[in-house]
Amino acid sequence: MSNAATTAPAPAAPPPVEKIRIRVDGREIDVPKTLPDWQGKPQATTMLQACHLAGCEVPHYCYHPKLPVAGNCRMCLVEFGTPVMDPATRKPVLNEDGSPKIARSVLPYEPQTPRGAIACATPISPGMELYPGSPATKQMREAVLESLLINHPLDCPICDQAGECKLQEYSVQHGQAGSRFVEAKVHKPKAVDLGPRIVLDDERCILCTRCIRFTKDIAGDDALGIVNSGSYNTIATFPGRPFDNNYTLNTVDLCPVGALTSKDFRFKMRVWFLRETRSVCTSCGSGCNITIGSREDTVHRYEPRENDAVNSSWMCDSGRLNYRWIGRPDRLQNVLVNGIKSTWKAALTEIGSRLTAAPAGSVALVASARQTCEELYLLKRLATRLGAVTDSVPREGEGDRLLVAEDRNPNSNGARLTGICYTEMGLQLPRIADGIRSGAIRTLVVFGEDVTLHGIGPDLLAKLETLVVSDILPNATTAAAHYVLPGCAHAEKRGTFVNVKGRLQRFLKAVEPKGDGRPEAEFLQELAAGLGVGGGHATIEGLFNQMAKDVPAFAGVEWAHLGDTGVNVPI
Amino acid sequence: MTKVVDRKPLSFYERTYVPALWEGLKVTARHFKRSVQGHNTAKELGEGYYPEVPWRVSEGYRGAPYLVRDQDGHTKCVSCQLCEFVCPPKAIRITPPGPDGPPADRPNAEKMPREFEINMLRCIFCGLCQEVCPEEAIFLEDHYSLTGLTREEMVFDKERLLKLGGVHAGTQKWKNKLEEAAAQESFPVATH
Amino acid sequence: MFETLFSDPTVQFIAFSTVKILVVFGVVMTFVAYAVLVERKVSAFIQDRVGPNRTAPPFVMKIPVIGPFLVRCGIFQPMADGLKFILKEDFTPDYVRKVYFWLAPAIAVIPAFLTLAVIPFGSQLSAGPGAQKMVIADLNVGILYTFGIVSLGVYGIVLAGWSSNSKYPFLGGIRSSAQMISYELAMGMSVVAVFLVVGDLNLGKIVRFQAEHGWMILYQPVAFLLFLVSAFAETNRLPFDMPESESELVGGYHTEYSSMKFALFFLGEYANMIASSAMMVTLFLGGWSLPFLGEPAGSLWGGLLHLGIFVAKMLVMLVVFIWVRWMLPRFRYDQLMDLGWRRFIPLALANIVVTALVLALVDGWGKGT
Repeated sequence: MSNAATTAPAPAAPPPVEKIRIRVDGREIDVPKTLPDWQGKPQATTMLQACHLAGCEVPHYCYHPKLPVAGNCRMCLVEFGTPVMDPATRKPVLNEDGSPKIARSVLPYEPQTPRGAIACATPISPGMELYPGSPATKQMREAVLESLLINHPLDCPICDQAGECKLQEYSVQHGQAGSRFVEAKVHKPKAVDLGPRIVLDDERCILCTRCIRFTKDIAGDDALGIVNSGSYNTIATFPGRPFDNNYTLNTVDLCPVGALTSKDFRFKMRVWFLRETRSVCTSCGSGCNITIGSREDTVHRYEPRENDAVNSSWMCDSGRLNYRWIGRPDRLQNVLVNGIKSTWKAALTEIGSRLTAAPAGSVALVASARQTCEELYLLKRLATRLGAVTDSVPREGEGDRLLVAEDRNPNSNGARLTGICYTEMGLQLPRIADGIRSGAIRTLVVFGEDVTLHGIGPDLLAKLETLVVSDILPNATTAAAHYVLPGCAHAEKRGTFVNVKGRLQRFLKAVEPKGDGRPEAEFLQELAAGLGVGGGHATIEGLFNQMAKDVPAFAGVEWAHLGDTGVNVPI
Repeated sequence: MTKVVDRKPLSFYERTYVPALWEGLKVTARHFKRSVQGHNTAKELGEGYYPEVPWRVSEGYRGAPYLVRDQDGHTKCVSCQLCEFVCPPKAIRITPPGPDGPPADRPNAEKMPREFEINMLRCIFCGLCQEVCPEEAIFLEDHYSLTGLTREEMVFDKERLLKLGGVHAGTQKWKNKLEEAAAQESFPVATH
Repeated sequence: MFETLFSDPTVQFIAFSTVKILVVFGVVMTFVAYAVLVERKVSAFIQDRVGPNRTAPPFVMKIPVIGPFLVRCGIFQPMADGLKFILKEDFTPDYVRKVYFWLAPAIAVIPAFLTLAVIPFGSQLSAGPGAQKMVIADLNVGILYTFGIVSLGVYGIVLAGWSSNSKYPFLGGIRSSAQMISYELAMGMSVVAVFLVVGDLNLGKIVRFQAEHGWMILYQPVAFLLFLVSAFAETNRLPFDMPESESELVGGYHTEYSSMKFALFFLGEYANMIASSAMMVTLFLGGWSLPFLGEPAGSLWGGLLHLGIFVAKMLVMLVVFIWVRWMLPRFRYDQLMDLGWRRFIPLALANIVVTALVLALVDGWGKGT
């Protein structure tokens, strides 16, 4: 990745990593002696991490790289061996061919039975040999899985987790076709209302405690625990206290089985139908990376996507559930000229000639900080050509210490960097209002905002000669507009946002625009070309690269550099 | 265990096609003669012809797929959408209940489809839906004569499919589970 | 006045020609319709089925004995088929090349009928100087005309395949052009030997020769076989129905056609069959003559008898066409080309050479030079 635009000081050359030589399934590999744990602190490398580095995945339920290690599911049991030391000399004992003699792990009083160690919590030592592919390891996994399935209800047909369930996946890999368990299964409560957004099915739970650890250690709300004992273990909240914080839905992602399910996504769509699109959450300035799950132009859910520079593996509930507006039936779907349905070509030609005719200084432009960088860049070029005053609308809210930012615009920094607004947003709005009142400003272009809520009321809008509005949903401004241009939600187009920390991130298109709606960057290019200021980029890649050349903060960045996790730009 | 069958090289006479033609003419002429003399396969088998005598559907015939109810008259389908997924011509279209959909009419099953449509014009009667169904809720039955005057008419909805499908008295998995849970008395069980 | 007008030979010629054209056209159209029925019935019998046996106009079943019998024979099926073709939706896909798409069926069907113009389907209807020959156009280059017209038949198929703008018809069109051109060569060369023997290109004279000297099949059995097989290929009948091959090309060149346009292709195929049968009867099987009925007819009844003989022979050939269809599987394309180019054309050439040599020897002996 190009780091030309990265402001972070180039990290000092890391100290040489101390390596340990071990063998994984007979293959020699050097692994670092320590690796960062869930908090980023260096910890002794575990067998599971070593196997991962050797390209060999060890199945696990309770282990999660972003959570403290619990080691209770036993699924990651791996047979191993350690070099034999001569008790007298403390030197490794050698075989006849000169290789070190290895003692395979066995049960203390049953030397013929191999003994496994939980790979997630056992650190490696020099000369160790791991056997994740050995018959003994396989047998251990099968036994653990069988034990976990003893009380599992096997109601996959009605379980929302089916299709992304670790229990299903490992059953296919390590399970048995039939059950040997002839007794009655223990039946536990089903469809328990755990909180406003979470449903718990206790029968499906395998007691991995990922949800408990997340809530306690990441979200900081020690809300969940295990009650009862033995086969009657169940996950529960404190009596009378619902499981309700802004991060509860992450436990649904974490739950390796279908015990915790989202009320919002409950019975909505089977996960194997969902097309996954890499995108960015638009609910606040943090710009959490998300995966949009959509089927046939309907967005069904957001899920967090791992990006350690932004959101780790989490996202807040409010952002996650803020997707329904994309599919709202009252979305703007038609190009309207004075309230009458028109075509893009006709409307853009007319707007172009009107803007060309407008004298310099009589035009103002309000662009939302919810628009993409590319759109804001094009708008700025347009404004420069017309000599227009530009501004954006600030949107503040309460932040928290984990992910939610106070700035609720997803692209405030994009608006600042492209020159749409000053560092403090909204300074020009009163001036624009005054300009309209005095008659100096007779043309207003609004993108993605309802200006009637921000000091430019319907009475002022009525005074305008030309009001061009592009938006997604109808509001008082679109009602007053002479030209309404239906735009696209972020899920319907491609583009980039700059988050509050200056992370430039791209998002991709998940669904088709509604009705006649078109990506704003597309029709803005046509409009700009009509006014003689650019255009001509058929793809967002070309447009982005052009913008990166013109905007100083983006210098040296190319679309291809952004990758899935973005780059830092100076803000 | 490869068995090699030696192909006898054809003689020149055989390669002129003439003997094959001659044999072919003989066979077809024999059948023609037989038919003209009044032999009639259908009559000899003791059956008549199709519209008057309906065709006898043999065991295992794959006719139109329909939804079935259990012996208590409940919908067996739980909307797992595996049939929709497996359907090669994409003839099946299920609308899942969603978070606020109607509850299943079968106790303990939690879920049933809000809408279940099979486009019989697209269906190729392959039987994969029946094979994949974990609830034994869809069966290819013996209807082979499906006609309609419009395309819309040939999209069968849930009510129609259930009506045509009838009852399949199989294992009542969810009911058994509920009874088992109620018998344990370890946790309170909500009985509908 | 009417009689004076009618005694004018030109008027007579025009009047008789018109009548002949109308009669031939009507008869051939009927033949085509019923050839389809015969095809279905024969195929049914060969395959132990019953074939069409239900179509009946409302009143027919009321007629005792005969009515149900006719219905069981499927006599009314062709009428129902024709009606159905006319009433079906004539669908022209959006992506076709419209002009050629409309033109192709017509081009496919017209040559088949034009060929029939030179076939002598009888001797004459009455004796005397004013007797009309039972042929629409008594050309002295009849066979050349035939081959010229038959060659046009391929255009219909190629145009249909190309203008449909879709892959299966296109493949069908390509196949048919290669196939028809290949077999036209073999067909043309097989006939050369016939002319060597007769010494004339006029089809009427060829029939006359056969009436006097015996059927051409006796002189030229190889040429007959070559012509027969090539005729199958030229009419796109099994085992050479490569351009259509329903099982691989979903109908080939006529995949995109419906209603009457499709029916025209169908009509063309059967009209071609009839034309080929008539050609074979004329060239090899003695035309209207029988071994003991060689003289041109001297009376109306004699003329009609000759006509009947010709039609009967033609029907036999038609049944052979149909019979073969239900007996042989389709050739593979390379086998078809192999047969045409590597077997038939050399064979036809050899036949010409041998015939010429024999004729020269016989001639030489006869003249004693």
